[in-house]
Amino acid sequence: MTINRRELLGYGAAALGVAAVGLPNIAKAAAGELTIAYNVNLPSWDPTTGPSAVNPTIQGLYQSVFDQFIPQKPDLSFAPGLLTEWGWNDDRTKVTMTVREGVKWHDGSPFTPEDVVWSLQRAGDEKTGNPIQFVWKNVNNFKIDGNKITGDVVQFDPVYFKWMSFLTGYIMPKAYYEKVGAEGFEKAPIGTGPYMVEKFERNAFLRLKANPNYWGGKPAFENVTIKFVTDAASRVAEIESGSSQVTLEIPYEEYDRLIAKDGLAGSCKNVSDIGMIFFNNKDAMLDKNVRQAAVMSVDKELLVKRLLRGYGQPIDTLETPEYTAFDPSIKVEHNPEKAKQLLAASGYSPKKPAKITIQTTKGFKPKDYEMVQAIVGMWRKVGIEATIEVYEIAKHYELRAAHKLAPAAFYNWGNAIGDPTTSTGFAMFGPSPHSSWKTDDLDAKIGPLWGEKDEAKRIAGWKAVDKYIAEQAYVLPLIQYAQPIVHAKGVKVVQHISGALLPALMTPA
Amino acid sequence: MTARIFHREYEPRAPAKIYMLLQRFLIRLATMLITLFGVAVVVFVVIRVAPGDPIAMMLPPGATDADIARLRALYGLDKSIVEQFFIWLSGVVRGDFGTSISLRQDVLGLVFNRLPATLELAIVALVMAVAIGGVTAILGARERGTAVEAGIDIASGAALSIPDFLWGLVLILLFGVLVPIFDISGRVSPQLDLPFVTQFYFFESLLRLRFDLTWDLLKHMLMPAVALALPLAAIISQLLKQSLKEVLDLDYVVLARVKGFSETQVILREALKNAALPTLTLVGVQFTFLIGGTVIVERLFSYEGLGNMAIDAVINRDLPLIQGIVLVFALLFVLINLAVDMMYALLNPRLRHG
Repeated sequence: MTINRRELLGYGAAALGVAAVGLPNIAKAAAGELTIAYNVNLPSWDPTTGPSAVNPTIQGLYQSVFDQFIPQKPDLSFAPGLLTEWGWNDDRTKVTMTVREGVKWHDGSPFTPEDVVWSLQRAGDEKTGNPIQFVWKNVNNFKIDGNKITGDVVQFDPVYFKWMSFLTGYIMPKAYYEKVGAEGFEKAPIGTGPYMVEKFERNAFLRLKANPNYWGGKPAFENVTIKFVTDAASRVAEIESGSSQVTLEIPYEEYDRLIAKDGLAGSCKNVSDIGMIFFNNKDAMLDKNVRQAAVMSVDKELLVKRLLRGYGQPIDTLETPEYTAFDPSIKVEHNPEKAKQLLAASGYSPKKPAKITIQTTKGFKPKDYEMVQAIVGMWRKVGIEATIEVYEIAKHYELRAAHKLAPAAFYNWGNAIGDPTTSTGFAMFGPSPHSSWKTDDLDAKIGPLWGEKDEAKRIAGWKAVDKYIAEQAYVLPLIQYAQPIVHAKGVKVVQHISGALLPALMTPA
Repeated sequence: MTARIFHREYEPRAPAKIYMLLQRFLIRLATMLITLFGVAVVVFVVIRVAPGDPIAMMLPPGATDADIARLRALYGLDKSIVEQFFIWLSGVVRGDFGTSISLRQDVLGLVFNRLPATLELAIVALVMAVAIGGVTAILGARERGTAVEAGIDIASGAALSIPDFLWGLVLILLFGVLVPIFDISGRVSPQLDLPFVTQFYFFESLLRLRFDLTWDLLKHMLMPAVALALPLAAIISQLLKQSLKEVLDLDYVVLARVKGFSETQVILREALKNAALPTLTLVGVQFTFLIGGTVIVERLFSYEGLGNMAIDAVINRDLPLIQGIVLVFALLFVLINLAVDMMYALLNPRLRHG
C-alpha cells in the first residue's frame, strides 16, 4: 500500500480532528476524582522540621495527610481532634491532654498516646530542627496514664495549645518514623489524616487516596490529584480548560471573569492574611506627626475598591475580625486635611515634603506594587515624598532580621490561629526578628503579656497594645486579603479562613 | 584534478589525524575544566553577595541571636566566603554537592533526578527546531524570489521576535484552553502507573514500545517543546536558507543542474552538505541557549525539570541547590560546545586536514 502526499495530509487532518472531537472526554473528571491546580510546590514531607514547616501556603497539604494536635474549623475555632480534651491546671504548672482512641495510622498500625508524647518531645528538642522549638520546649516530663497525658510546664506560654493548631503542630508516627528514618519518611510519609499519599512527584503532582479509616469520616472524593502549578496564568488555563476542577490564588480580574463562565463558580472570602506597611523607627518616622499623617492620609477603602476589585477589607489594627483580640472600637480615620495639619506642625508641606523611602515587593501579593504606588500618591498630596524601592521577599527578610528596613516597607502577615501574640506580638515586639518598630515604650507594654495567665486579662492587654500602636501610628495596617478560589460547579468547596485549601472539605455538589 | 592530487599527497595518515583530533580534544578538555572552575567561583560568590539571606528566610518568630548563630553554623554560613568555597569545592571533587536547604536532600541526587526531564525536553525541541528550520530553509531556497520565500521570511521574523515564554502562553491559550488537545501542566498524567527505571521517560517509553505512555508524555511535552523550538527554528531557517542560496550559485551546483537534476535534488544532494556546516556550529551554540530557555518555559508549564527546580531554589535562596544546578548546567554547556567543536573538526575538510 502506498500513500501519496495528498492522502498523507488528509489522514493528518483527520487525526487532528479526531483528537479535537475527543477532547471534552479528556477534560471531564472521572467520578470520585478531584484535580486541584495548587499554587505552590511541596518541598518536604516532614511538617515539623526545616523551612517548609513554617511555610503557611503548604499547610493545607500537610493537613490533608497529617492531623494536628488540635484541628481548627473553617471559622478558625478549635475543635476536638486527636486530642479530645486539653487544658492547664489551676496554677498553670501542668498541662493535661486526652487522646482519642481507636484511630489508626495510614499503614494500619494503631495511633497511641506514645505518638503524641514522642511528637511533642521531638518538637521540643532543638537537635531535630523544629523552627517552633521555642514554644514546644516550654512543656516537658510527659507522663501517660491510659489515654491521658500530663506534662510539666517549664515556662508558661498562654498560646501553647493554640500552637497545636498552627505551624509544626502535627502528630507524627513514632514507630514508623523510627523504623524508616527521615529519608524513608520523605519517600513514604504516613499520617492519620483524611488522605493517604499514593504518589508524589516533587514539583509536579501529589496523588492522594481517601483514608477509609479516618476518624472524622471518609472524605467525599476517593482520589485527589494536586498539580503544582506555580504560574497563575497556567492555573487559570487549567481551570478554564477543565483539566483541574479547583484552583486558587489567581488575579481578581481573572476570578471575576472565570466565575461568570458556564460550569464554573467561585468563593472569595476574607482570610487570615493581611497587607501592612511596617514603619521603622528611623529618619522622618521618628516624628509622630509624620507617622500619623502617613496613616491617616491613606484611603484604604479606595485601595480595596479600585485595586482589589472590592475583594478584601480595610483594617486599622493588625487584628482582623476573626482574631481573638479584634477590637472594632479602634478606628483610624482617613483624613487628608488633618494629615496636612500634622505635617505642617512638623514643618512639612506638599511643597516642602518629608522625604522617606518605601520598600515593596512586586507581584508577591496581589497588587502589592500598585498599592504602594497609590499610597505614595496619597502621601504626596499631604506632604510626604516617598521613593519606591522594589525588592524581593528574600531581601525583605534579610533587612528585617537585621533591622535595616527602610522607614516604610510593605509586607503581608498571616495568622491562622488568630491569637494576638502571632500577629501584633511578633510583628511589633522589639526583640522579635520579625518586627521593624523597636522602641522601649512599646516593648514595655507587650513584654508582660507573653506570660499572662489570666486569659481575659491577656486579651484585654493586647487590645490595649493595639490601641496604643494605632494612636502612636507605629505601623500602617492596610487590608485583610480575600482568597479567590474558582471551582467547577460540580464541586462544593468550603473555604477555610486560615487560607488552607483542604480537599477533605470538598464534596460533589 | 590537481587540487585533489595535492590533497591526497599532503593528507595526514590515519594515526596522525587521530593524534590531531586527540590533541584538540585534550586542549578543549583543559579549557573546559578551567571554565567550570571559573563558573563555580563566580556563582559561589555572586549568590552570596546577592540580596537575600537564606537564614533570615527561615527564622521562627521567637528566634534569638543564639538561634540565628546556631542556624548559620548548621548551614556553614558562619565561615568566610573563601572558607565556604573551598569546603564546598572539596565536596564537589568527591561528588558531594551538599544538602539542599529547602528540600533537605542530597543536591546531586536532586539534580540528576531532574536533568533527564530537561534534556528530553531540550532534545525534542532541538529536533523540532532542526526539522522546522531545515524544511522551511530548503523550501525557501527552492522557491527563492517567490511569494513562498517571502512568506517564510515573515514567519521566521515572527517566530524570532516572540520570546519562547510568550510562545508558551500563546500555545496554552490555543491548544490548552480554546482547543484543548494538549496538557497544560506537568510531564505525565498523575493517574498513570509508570514502569520506567530511568528518568528518561520519553525515550524509555519508546524503547519499551509503550506508545500509550509516549503519547501521554508527548501531550505534556509538545507545547513547551514547540515554544522552545520556534525561535531556534527561525534562526536555523534564515541561516541555512542564506547559505543554500549562496551555494546554489556555485559552479558545481550549476553543473548538477546541467546534468538534469531537479532543483530539489540539487539542493538535497549537492548544496545542503556544504551549506549545513555554518548552521551546525550555530545549532550547537543555540542549543545551549535553548537549554537556558527551559528555565522559564518549564515554570510556565509546571514541567518537572531542572529549570523549574532552579527557580524554586532561587526563590528559597537555597544556596547549595543553586550552585549544584548552575554547575551542572555549565557542565552541560561546555560538553555541548565540545561535541560541536569535535563534530565541526570531523566534518570540515580544512580543519580535518590540519
